[in-house]
Amino acid sequence: MPGNFATASDVIRFLPEIILAVMGTLLMILDPLLHRRSSNAFGHLSILALAGALGGAIYAYLNGGPAFGGMLMVDGFATFFGVLVIVAGILTILPSYRFLARQGAETSEYHALLLFSVAGQCLMVAANDLIMVFIGLEISSISSYILAGYLREDKRANEASLKYFLLGSFATAFFLYGVALIYGSTGTINLAGVNVVLSGPGAPSLVFVGVAAALMFVGLGFKVSAAPFQVWTPDVYQGAPTPISAFLSAGPKAAAFAVFLRIFTTAFAPIGHGWEPLVWASALLSMTIGNFAALQQSNIKRMLAYSSIAHAGYVLVALTARSEVGTAAAMFYLAAYAFMNIGAFAVVSHLSGKGERYQNIEDFSGLAQKQPLAAAMFSIFLLSLIGVPLTGGFFGKFYIFKAALESHLVWLTVLGLLNSAVAAYYYLRILVMMYMREPAEATEAVEPLSPGLRLALIVPAIGTLFLGIFPNWVLDFAGKSSVLLK
Amino acid sequence: MLDLLWLIPAAPFASAAVLLLVGRRMPRKVVATLGVVSIAVSAIVSGLVAIAFIGSPPPGNAYDQHLWTWIAVGGFHPGIALYLDPLSLIMTLVVTFVSFLIHLYSTEFMAGDEGYARFFAYMNLFVASMVMLVLGDNLLLLYLGWEGVGLCSYLLIGFWYRDPANGRAGQKAFIVTRVGDTSMAIGLFLLFHMLGTLNIQELMARARADWPVGSGLAIAAAALLLGGAVGKSAQLPLQTWLPDAMAGPTPTSALIHAATMVTAGVYLIARTHVLYEIAPAVQLAVAIIGAATLLLAGFSALVQTDIKRVLAYSTISQIGYMFLALGLGAWSAAIFHFMTHAFFKALLFLAAGIVIEALHQEHNIFHMGGLRRELPVAFWAFLAGGCALAGLPLVTAGSYSKDWIIASASPSPALWAAAIAGVLLTSLYTFRLIFLVFFGTARTPVSKQPGVAEQIPVWVLAVLSIVGGSERPAYRPFMAHLFGATPKPPEALSTIAAAAAFFTGLVCAWYFLRGDAPATNPLARFWYAGWGFDWLYGRIFVRPVEWAARVNHNDVIDSMYDGLATLARFVWRGLALTENGKLRWYAAAIAGGTLIFVALVIFL
Repeated sequence: MPGNFATASDVIRFLPEIILAVMGTLLMILDPLLHRRSSNAFGHLSILALAGALGGAIYAYLNGGPAFGGMLMVDGFATFFGVLVIVAGILTILPSYRFLARQGAETSEYHALLLFSVAGQCLMVAANDLIMVFIGLEISSISSYILAGYLREDKRANEASLKYFLLGSFATAFFLYGVALIYGSTGTINLAGVNVVLSGPGAPSLVFVGVAAALMFVGLGFKVSAAPFQVWTPDVYQGAPTPISAFLSAGPKAAAFAVFLRIFTTAFAPIGHGWEPLVWASALLSMTIGNFAALQQSNIKRMLAYSSIAHAGYVLVALTARSEVGTAAAMFYLAAYAFMNIGAFAVVSHLSGKGERYQNIEDFSGLAQKQPLAAAMFSIFLLSLIGVPLTGGFFGKFYIFKAALESHLVWLTVLGLLNSAVAAYYYLRILVMMYMREPAEATEAVEPLSPGLRLALIVPAIGTLFLGIFPNWVLDFAGKSSVLLK
Repeated sequence: MLDLLWLIPAAPFASAAVLLLVGRRMPRKVVATLGVVSIAVSAIVSGLVAIAFIGSPPPGNAYDQHLWTWIAVGGFHPGIALYLDPLSLIMTLVVTFVSFLIHLYSTEFMAGDEGYARFFAYMNLFVASMVMLVLGDNLLLLYLGWEGVGLCSYLLIGFWYRDPANGRAGQKAFIVTRVGDTSMAIGLFLLFHMLGTLNIQELMARARADWPVGSGLAIAAAALLLGGAVGKSAQLPLQTWLPDAMAGPTPTSALIHAATMVTAGVYLIARTHVLYEIAPAVQLAVAIIGAATLLLAGFSALVQTDIKRVLAYSTISQIGYMFLALGLGAWSAAIFHFMTHAFFKALLFLAAGIVIEALHQEHNIFHMGGLRRELPVAFWAFLAGGCALAGLPLVTAGSYSKDWIIASASPSPALWAAAIAGVLLTSLYTFRLIFLVFFGTARTPVSKQPGVAEQIPVWVLAVLSIVGGSERPAYRPFMAHLFGATPKPPEALSTIAAAAAFFTGLVCAWYFLRGDAPATNPLARFWYAGWGFDWLYGRIFVRPVEWAARVNHNDVIDSMYDGLATLARFVWRGLALTENGKLRWYAAAIAGGTLIFVALVIFL
């Protein structure tokens, strides 16, 4: 509909992205005006913006449907992930107040970039054609590259940012090449259109589209840190400011998985048998590499990075199932993972001290004696990461492996379960440190919990437990949304 | 009013959570208030629910409160749902009300203890679990409550963990009951697997419809559940843990190891009574276990020297009566005895707590004596509780419930004789205890008189121990909805025989059992040691395990796991090499991965 570019319903369905982009720009304009006087103001404003976007996303959902001539699709699936990335944004800002103050960093660009990144992710999850996917991916990624190196004076942050940027561009190029191949072979970039062509008569050769799918897998696999494209993860998570590491492991990852699910279960559904081995192999590799590499890791941020690789592997197991149950399981898992991982990183950022001095697992010695609340919340997150019942992590794994079994992926399930047993070791090590050791230098020096941080711990903890005790509410919604993808 | 049901487990659970998290920083007054008020809420709500339930019974004489569906995967969708019927109503009422009194008592009893908040947290958690166990409408919740009370029991037996003996007692309780729990878990799996539902009521209906009387499956299921009941309720052959469990604080003994948790086995059998009706052989076994236990424990109680151990053996013996009743199909009588027993046994323990507190933690009854005048509250409480326990005819609650059980046994002369002999034993050990502690000459000076918070629960329970059996005429038809109307057994002969046994025991105790020192003949030593079960189990189970552990001192069996760990470390080393931080390598890895993936697509 070229003549009628944006109707009212288009605008409504695009509301969250508009709010975030406008507020992000506003923050940059306000920066010189408000400068230095109240650095918390930017944090407050961006939480306000995200809350507005959250409302916008729900309003868009209630008036859902395609927008901009089918380039975007606001459905239950998009809303599920939209809400997820916005909440991840809010939960990233809460521990950032103290973190930025402690590092003596500027706050306006930080928050503006965060809002742009979330806006990009909102666009990704609603994108219904490959170009929109790419645009969203780039908006989200470019902001993330800068955020990873936000602490300009920190060498490690610089290194992280540069590595992330170079490797990210490299991987995105593969993705773009895949898009080009698809367009060349099917003549369309609309996801449903690709599906129609591929399942119709005269479909292009499987080798051609299969290679395209593999290349797109590379680009998206990089973003979700799936093996063998995971190499950047430990270095970047370690070097980036801790709240940003948390953000990277939740928001962009969930959005990339959303795109993954949408492209592979809609557009590439007809060639499922072609890409299934890729996902299968990547799932197994990710779980194994992530868990085994984390075993002896002494730096907690690196450990969580490896754990993030392993968890990407679990979600890929759900994808391998190629069923609605699998899609719903992946959605549930990503929600649970966002809560527990952001919470875990919030504790790390709380303890890390000025210049992020304390990043070792030994630094958590005796935290339970000094700050029982922080230790208790961290325990909840760690238990959920292990997958102990009554936490979201348990049901996430439960649904994923159940979906895999229903699709007769017996071996992948067995290997995945063995993997999660290995994982218990490195998570439990932190519990031992916190509860069974005497306080050490880092825990003696830990500052009192600020109100923002308190929220940043309690909200994810409640979310984690909620998903463990009332999993059905979220799973119901995920199940309904996953049907829409077909 | 019935829709308030969920509050009964929720209130103590919430309080336990708060106390566990931040209790240590709260002032004692707040801890005590929170701990007691939460149980008070439960008790009041139970009362209101009971009034509503009895006033206008819901259709089908049962009320099902579905709170939410926990998970729904395929055909497996256990609900978080509560089920209220006459059985669970009586259990809940007694549990919450007695718990409230014992919590109130504890505020004073535990006042000087450093683990004040921890104590109330565990106690509240216990009440929440117990109520969950009783009210749960499916096997999952039942099992959750069952394990929850077991955990709290363990935590509270070893409450004073600085003394390793207490820790060992807790472990013993946990391990011995675990034997039964395992049997029960297998039983639950069997029921779920064969009948395809977790809902207890549906399960019973299906069992009755699908399984003929005496069928192998019914027998297996009933016997496996019986294993769990025997462990939790300290019946033969798993009774050995309860006397040692007295290492816990006295209010704990009163609440968990006398009034409530140890009767969970009775509840389990009553709740699944349909299974036992279609497995008559197992039901007979229940009766025989009950009769044997009540006699064995009675003899052991006769020669104990620790005041709490006397009461512990007495508890085992009284639960034996309940099992006897269950085995005879007198379901209502068993639950009635549970109720009166909860009153008088809690009373006896609380009174014993007052005595122990007054005598500087003295437990040995041969170091007591003459406390009648020094501790009148404890004396009158003991007299009321003891008479109810031994079954002083017509006056006490205990006689109403016990005579009912004895009368139910009249068709079987052997069981009837055992029950009457049990009355004689009960009377003997009860009055031996009372005479030794409260009569004769004082041997230890009294240093503390009970305060108000200890006295109120004692008086209330004393009154209940006397009059708590008088509602039997109303109780009978109330339970008949659930268990079917059983003809009232003729009681006259049983009552006369029980009365004769009671007075014989009283007189004999006065003349023969007031010696200055414990009996030391071999038979007394044998009984004292609980019929040598600990010795026997030590030989059969503990020693072989210890031997195997010694043989495996160098972790022969573990070497396989050590090998796994070495392998994992090896894999880790290899993976660590891949993370060398060099950008070129990383890019090459991505490119290599891409090549492999493209090749995979093309060649697969």
